[in-house]
Parts: sequence; C-alpha cells; structure tokens
Amino acid sequence: MARIIVITSGKGGVGKTTTAAALAMGLAQRGSRTAVIDFDVGLRNLDLIMGCERRVVYDFVNVINHEANLNQALIRDKRCDNLYVLPASQTRDKDALTKEGVGRVLDELSQGFDFIVCDSPAGIEHGATMAMYYADDAVVVTNPEVSSVRDSDRMLGILASKSRRAEANEEPIREFLLLTRYDAARVDNGEMLSVKDVQDILSLNLLGVIPESKAVLNASNAGVPVILDRESDAGLAYGDAVGRYLGEDLPHRFVNAEKKGFFSRLFGG
Amino acid sequence: MAVNSRSSGGEASPAFELKAAGFTLPIIRLLDGNMEAVAEQLGVKVEQAPDFFRNTPVVIDLTVYPDGAGEVEFPSLVGLLRGYGMIPFGVRGGTKAQNVAAEGMELAILGDAFIRSPKPAGAAANQPVGGGADPGAGGQDPGHGSTINGTLVTRPVRSGQRVYAAGGDLSVIASVSSGAEVMADGNIHCYGPLRGRALAGARGNTEARIFCSDLQAELVSVAGHYRVSENIPADLRGVPVQVYLDQKILRIEKI
Repeated sequence: MARIIVITSGKGGVGKTTTAAALAMGLAQRGSRTAVIDFDVGLRNLDLIMGCERRVVYDFVNVINHEANLNQALIRDKRCDNLYVLPASQTRDKDALTKEGVGRVLDELSQGFDFIVCDSPAGIEHGATMAMYYADDAVVVTNPEVSSVRDSDRMLGILASKSRRAEANEEPIREFLLLTRYDAARVDNGEMLSVKDVQDILSLNLLGVIPESKAVLNASNAGVPVILDRESDAGLAYGDAVGRYLGEDLPHRFVNAEKKGFFSRLFGG
Repeated sequence: MAVNSRSSGGEASPAFELKAAGFTLPIIRLLDGNMEAVAEQLGVKVEQAPDFFRNTPVVIDLTVYPDGAGEVEFPSLVGLLRGYGMIPFGVRGGTKAQNVAAEGMELAILGDAFIRSPKPAGAAANQPVGGGADPGAGGQDPGHGSTINGTLVTRPVRSGQRVYAAGGDLSVIASVSSGAEVMADGNIHCYGPLRGRALAGARGNTEARIFCSDLQAELVSVAGHYRVSENIPADLRGVPVQVYLDQKILRIEKI
C-alpha cells in the first residue's frame, strides 16, 4: 500500500509545486517507486517544473472520467526510472474532480507505487480538499511571513477535520512543516519570522528549512526539480528534507546566517 | 437543609433526605396562542435533534405571552409536548387565570421568585448556589447550580475552527490560534496562548469568566460585552489574566 503525501499550504506561491517535484524526485532517487500528481486543474504547472510539458497526452481528469487508463496518462521521468508524473487537465475545471474518482485513481496507483505525492492547488476550496482528502502525511509549506503562517494554520485545521482519516476517526494525518524562502540574514536583523516564531504559532514537526535561493528559479526555467542541483543550498536542503521524512536524524542547515570571514568580505563573493 | 425523616419512635434509620438541587432544563417560551403553528414549528426542531427532546422535562414559560393572544390551550399544548416525547412539568410567568388552568393539568407553578431579573453581579453572587427548592431555573443560569458537563480540548485549536461548550465550562490546554473561536456557556480556562476569540457566557450568563495564562486574544467577550485586542493594554498581554463582567463593564485583571 502506498503512502499518500499531500503538499499543501493554503497560501499561494509559497513553493508547493517546487517542493512536490523535489520531494518526489528525492524519494524516487532513493529507490522508491513514486508518482507525483498535479491536482491544480486548469492552472497546471507541475508538468513545467518536471520538464515533461511536451509529452502530455492524457491527464488526471481523463483517467477519472474513464477516457484513458492510468498507463496512458502517467509520464515516466527521463532522469529517474522510478518516478512518474500524472499531470492535471488544463482545459477542464476543478469540478471534474470527484471524491470517488480521485479515490479510485489513488487506489489503482497504490498497487504499483510506494509513495504518491499530491501537489495541492492553493486555497481551501474543492481542489485543495480533494488533494488532501486521502492523505496519510501532509507537508505544510510555509513562508516565514505572517499571512502564510495564518493560512497554513487554517489549512491544518481543515486537515484535522475534513480528511478521510478525520471522518473515519482513524489515526490522524501526520503533519510536517516545511519552511521555504528562509533568509537567515533577515531573520537575524529581525525583519523576518524565525523558525522559532513560526513554530510558536504552528507547533509542528519541522521537516526542513529551505533557504531563499536563485537556484529555484533557474530550476523551474530548466524544467529540472531543484533537488537535482546539488551545488545549490536549496537543492541540498531538499535532500536533507527527504532524508528526514524517511526517518533520518539530520541537523538543519542554512538556518543560521553565514558569518563571512575577513578575506571573503575583502575579496567579494 | 437536610431533614431526616424518622418515625416518632425515633429508632428507625432515615429512609430519605430532603435536599435542594439545581438543574439546567429547557423552557418552551410561548410567543403565540396558535397551537397548530407551535406544533408545526416544534415538529421541525424535534426532527433536527430527536434525542435532545426525548424524555426531557420542560417548563412552559409564559412571561412574554402576548395579552391579546387569548387563552393558553393547556390540554393541547401538554398533549403535543408529550407527543414529541417531552415531559412538561411546570409553568412559570403566567397570570392567575393561566396558573389555575395549568394546575388543572397538574403542572407545577414555578413562582415569580424564579424569574431571572437583571441583578447587579454582586447581589447575584450572594444568592445561595442552587439554594431553596429550585427544580428548574430553565437553563438560564448555567453558571449557577451544577455545571455537570465541562469540555476539555487538548489539541491546538487552529485558525477557522470553532469550539463551543454548551451548558458548561471549557478548558483548553493547548494554544488557540489567531482566527479560531472558543465559546462556552460557562467559563473558559485557557492554559496555552490565547490568540483567537474567546466568548464566555455565550447564552447570557453574566457570571462567566475567562481565565488564561497568556492573553493575546483578538477579542474577549462575556455575555455579549466584548473588547477587541486594540483596546487591551499592553501590560495585560502575555500574562495570566481573568476577564469578567462587573456591573456590565468588562474588566480584565492580572491574576
């Protein structure tokens, strides 16, 4: 049985799709058969971030409506054999997602995969609730910024009450916090919320802290999940996050501002 | 007040004790004499929550019964209440004539002493709790008498969530996030940071209080009297405080 992970946030633009691509690639590279599904019907962008936008024939809604089967819609990633992408429809709208349809597709995927990563759309409406309904784990992506923290808090409330596990009174969804676009220098200046400030409000397991990085834009332009950029801090931080998800105990890097030595300041860089 | 009943011989062990107890019970406040309308509307309510009404003792409240609405048809009213599973056992606030008719249906007359009139908070506190024979103050003072039920919340109350402790106190031993609402008919005790809204005495109990260890609330209210965060002085934030109503003025004081 596959473990279903939803990447959600409430607020838009915090890094859900970037995270979904990075986590899925990270899990697949470590040997697990992983599928990543785009739930953002009508505003799909997971296919762009994964670099498979020119190979989309059938999509998630086609499979739900029995217009295509799963094998026709899943796109295998060229860089990693274990990773498959199920893109969203661009022409339909989110009403095409039904609870039964989504459940059926996830069941079928569970047969052949170890992890299913669900990239949720922003907001708390139908698309987001469909993405999180069947989840076993939730990664709540948050920027260290007041409105993002409040929206994440709202999303946590919804996860605790409107998921399948909540309705069936089963063990609740495991929630993780992923802090993205973290700028340690600004935190030290007192301009930005720190990890501790965010944890005071949300009180969640910290999966990782991803520093603000130019590598993220470069990666999405190239259609490469940023975790593959092993020279960038963001890529390394995502690698650590995957490790922590799988149970490893890794220290959080990139949380403290680097102290520049005298010579590096003198000679730039 | 315990009266031990003994036979005049004095050697038998007491077979019963007479004591006073308070109960919180529903009242049916009659606003109209049209029994058909009452039956229909009550039917809808009972359908929504049949278990609430089954075998529930109720008091018929006539305090606001309009003068021109004619006589209260007690036989029909009692019949229809019993038909819905309720146990009407008393009447209050009726006129002399209505009381006579009620007695004819074997309903107890709960006298004027039980009508809640606006009292200053100090005088109300002097009343013995549940004192005298007070078999049903009609659910209006859930802070008095026995708070049989209290609700306990152990997980954080997230933004957008709402917790309502009906008929009793609420204790929260986790944080209440900004944008969340915690409400109780009785008191609210919050041991984690209180960042959302807290509304005590939600159904009008002016004796209710809010006790918190870390006040950062957006809004606090007791029985409808509220104050927003902006008007709470900075020295009262982040420390243990209690919020209560003093002669209709909301007071927030350090504990």
